[in-house]
Amino acid sequence: MKTFNFVLYGIFPYIAIFIFIFFSIYRYTRRGYSYSSLSSQFLENRIHFWALVPFHFGIIFIFLGHLVAFLLPTYILSWNSDLTRLYILEISAFMGGLFTLMGMLAIFIRRWTNPRAKIVTSRMDWIVLTLIMIQVLSGLGTAVFNSWGSSWFTAVANPYLMSLLRMDPQVGFIAPLPWMIQLHIMGAWLTLFLFPFSRLVHILVVPNPYLWRKPQMVRWNWNPKKRFI
Amino acid sequence: MNIRSQISMVFHLDKCIGCHTCSVACKNIWTDRKGTEYMWWNNVETKPGTGFPTRWEDQEKYRGGWEKDGDSVRLKSTGKARIIPNIFHNPSLPSMDDYYEPWTYDYQNLFNAPAGDDQPTALPKSMVTGEYIDIESGPNWDDDLGGSSLYAKNDPNLESLTEEQKQQLFEIERLVLFYFPRICNHCLNPACVASCPSGALYKRGEDGIVLVDQERCRGWRSCVAACPYKKTYYNWTSGKSEKCILCFPRLETGQAPACFHSCVGRIRYLGVLLYDADKIEEMASKTDRELVNAQREMILDPFDPKVIEMAKANGIHEHTIQAAQESPVYKFVKVWKMALPPHIEYRTFPMLFYVPPMLPVISSLDGEARKNMAEGLFPEFDQARVPIEFLSSLFTAGDGEKMRYVLKKQMAVRTWRRAVTVGDISKETAEKMLIAADCTIAEAEGIYHLTSIATLEDRFVIPPAHREEAIEMMDDPLEYKQHAGFGFRDKPTRGL
Repeated sequence: MKTFNFVLYGIFPYIAIFIFIFFSIYRYTRRGYSYSSLSSQFLENRIHFWALVPFHFGIIFIFLGHLVAFLLPTYILSWNSDLTRLYILEISAFMGGLFTLMGMLAIFIRRWTNPRAKIVTSRMDWIVLTLIMIQVLSGLGTAVFNSWGSSWFTAVANPYLMSLLRMDPQVGFIAPLPWMIQLHIMGAWLTLFLFPFSRLVHILVVPNPYLWRKPQMVRWNWNPKKRFI
Repeated sequence: MNIRSQISMVFHLDKCIGCHTCSVACKNIWTDRKGTEYMWWNNVETKPGTGFPTRWEDQEKYRGGWEKDGDSVRLKSTGKARIIPNIFHNPSLPSMDDYYEPWTYDYQNLFNAPAGDDQPTALPKSMVTGEYIDIESGPNWDDDLGGSSLYAKNDPNLESLTEEQKQQLFEIERLVLFYFPRICNHCLNPACVASCPSGALYKRGEDGIVLVDQERCRGWRSCVAACPYKKTYYNWTSGKSEKCILCFPRLETGQAPACFHSCVGRIRYLGVLLYDADKIEEMASKTDRELVNAQREMILDPFDPKVIEMAKANGIHEHTIQAAQESPVYKFVKVWKMALPPHIEYRTFPMLFYVPPMLPVISSLDGEARKNMAEGLFPEFDQARVPIEFLSSLFTAGDGEKMRYVLKKQMAVRTWRRAVTVGDISKETAEKMLIAADCTIAEAEGIYHLTSIATLEDRFVIPPAHREEAIEMMDDPLEYKQHAGFGFRDKPTRGL
């Protein structure tokens, strides 16, 4: 059991991170064409809004929450020291999760019932969707059955992730946790592992330079300043 | 001054017979792949009609093009910061239902059907899902006013007409139509380029062709929403946007684009225009009625020694300048002022110009036409079957005067040629008409020549591309020996 846990939480994360970084870069540089949001809004434009908007805003909110908890644990703890503020944080996080769940359900329904959307849903899409669904459900389940995660996250997940960063994985933080939380953590590593082989790569190409560039783009076949005639 | 060259086009609507040869030529070359079946980079619409996609001119719905924003312009759809909240669901993106679901027929059933009492049929089958479908509409469903009570009646350009005019237009014995072939306008101020969050769309510096870099396109679909002419399309299979490429591989080898080359009515002209790229923002910010002249102002005289000098300093090849001097587009647009941009009020500065159709306008006067000429020289365009407001709504942002100017000139040239060849109209009357239409005999002969008897070389003045001077050629060719070459090294298959 101990070795099993070590492989799961001590070794697999490194494999997942390596695969994520290496293949994302490889795919970007050598198979750049395959990077796309692969949107199906064009094929089905009605449920799309009720599915994609709540899902994306929900999951970004939740992801940022996880990120802040990881980067600024002391800040979260001091925020949570007041009970009202703890409630506010927990409730808004839970609402974010529900929002995501609503979007996820709509995505499943849309992809399953609309023949056009179904035809462009690949096997990998279903795997990724299922995986994210498990994440959302286990996350919400954790919030209900093992509440105040925003506080205990700092005592459990933070030291674990930090130990991973120090290349000295402390599996002991994770192994005794309830199965639902373990599932959630495992799901996260698995998602990272599958990331470069799925449509999730579209997250890496969010259009940031757009906000700063000039409206019009011009490309030259030859450099007018370098004419050699 | 920042002089650039632009491959520009003129379509002479008076000559279009609506045969769709252009559309078929384009489809066969470029859009017969999976995911592109529904695209028509070139299509021919019937006007009045709703076009493709349905009611594309309705910018309240599609929010394409630019709108005035103080001294500048901004995208109507999702420019700059507005892309962030809208990136997950583009609020103004047309869906496949606004175009049509492409289909084929189950021809095998004709052979494989079991013996029975009735003839087997080839049922229509969706090319998206592969399931049998009921066809409700298709591309060009309203060709030649087909279903006009549904389509022609909903033409957004009719909004400029009075109720009475609308009723007259649809009186059965006065029904009138003309064809409106459309390709990408390769605009000077393209909304698609400005809207692309990935910076995948760009204008080629040398010839102004607007392209989508397939490697950089991430399928955010902003270009589809932003293009007011709906000439960028989303390939639902590859997850990339595609559009008319003006057959640049043909242009670079000195051939006219396929739709131009195949045009039966010879309505299409192609040539170079020189323009001042520094003026785009200023000119695009003018009021609706000023825009036609503003665009003409941006187009520079290729014979002006100053312009030639500046163009050379900007790296424009002398062969391109030479082509600009012989450009039929320059004559139609700038010298004769006969070709007008479609829907200039979208502020993208389309570089495809149209000579508006004359026939439907005056044919209503039938027997009276000649009488009118003799007295007031020109028929009363306002009495015409196609209301002048309709044409102006399409081509001059509602300015009837500019439309009358073009129609008058066409009318005068026609009368002049009739006086020359048939002789039943006196040359004096014809000359009077020419003067009234701001036209000289030499000009009339020029218009006649380019309109009626122009050769292939007159119609398509294509500058040499000089790819031998392109950037890749400046690199050491030996360095690339045994390499796979340029461009795509992978099959363009859908990503995971």
